[in-house]
Amino acid sequence: MMLQVNEQPYRFQPGVRALDLAAEIKPDADVFIVNGFPVGAETILADGDCCWLIRKGERPAADEMERLLYARHTPGVHARIKSSFVGIMGLGGLGSVVAVSLARIGIGRLLLADFDVVEPSNLNRQQYLVSQVGMRKVDALKENLAQINPYLDVSSINVVLTEQSIPEIFRDVDVLAECFDSAEMKAAALRCALTRMSGKGFVGVSGVAGYEENDLITTRKIRSGVYLVGDGETAAGPGQGLMAPRVGIAANCQANQILRILLGKA
Amino acid sequence: MKIQCNGKDTIIDEGVSIEKLLLELALNPDTVVVECNERIILREDYGSHILVEGDELELIRFVGGG
Repeated sequence: MMLQVNEQPYRFQPGVRALDLAAEIKPDADVFIVNGFPVGAETILADGDCCWLIRKGERPAADEMERLLYARHTPGVHARIKSSFVGIMGLGGLGSVVAVSLARIGIGRLLLADFDVVEPSNLNRQQYLVSQVGMRKVDALKENLAQINPYLDVSSINVVLTEQSIPEIFRDVDVLAECFDSAEMKAAALRCALTRMSGKGFVGVSGVAGYEENDLITTRKIRSGVYLVGDGETAAGPGQGLMAPRVGIAANCQANQILRILLGKA
Repeated sequence: MKIQCNGKDTIIDEGVSIEKLLLELALNPDTVVVECNERIILREDYGSHILVEGDELELIRFVGGG
């Protein structure tokens, strides 16, 4: 019978177990993935099974890493998102989380924009570390994304974005994520998307503060390819801070909507 | 005179600009995206754009936080 092992075809006798496969192909493997799911070493394999043998903690070569990273993706999805380019405006509680999600799924190109440095008050929700306090957010986030997925093309710009500069800076992206903190810039960004960036995907956010109900956060279609996530109401302010869980819900709604746009579902 | 504002009939005075309407609605004009008769209005035109009978306005209001 035939098996696919780390993307290569192999012929084996029926009844072969995952550990037999490993003994022959990758003796130090200690994780066995069959058809996208982890299995025990004693698992008996069937004709046509797609197997991955992994050594925990070992960093594979770039091409193998890519296959391993995306072993759980729906077939065909990876090629599409690998060739995609997403811009992220603002790298706070929304932008840093969107960037991590998109890096994990292997969005091929990211352009990160922010003007700020990492402060202690950011750490309650943003994807930075204590050791990065004082660093520019663009540099700290690039560093963290490289630890998650080193095989992406991540560029950054340390700048205060304006309604005038957004269309030029992000002219080549497929989808733009609006992750600003200020309501004024959120409005300005949507206006840009609707007047000067038609044809590009856009996902913005409004209303993510506090710990209101999860399900008040919705994803609303403004027009084809243009969406707003959030409850539309809950502003950040005294007595209603921004916290990791609810901002994170919105950020991942945003990331999923970006993915849907890239995959032609929106 | 009557206009439509986010799908609802709304009575406003004659000669009111978008900027004035937003302020009357207690909205900060800088935080609102305005579509008038399916056209997005530029921020710098809010003050000079005078609403007329039958206009269909869509206001998208933003709150801060991210």
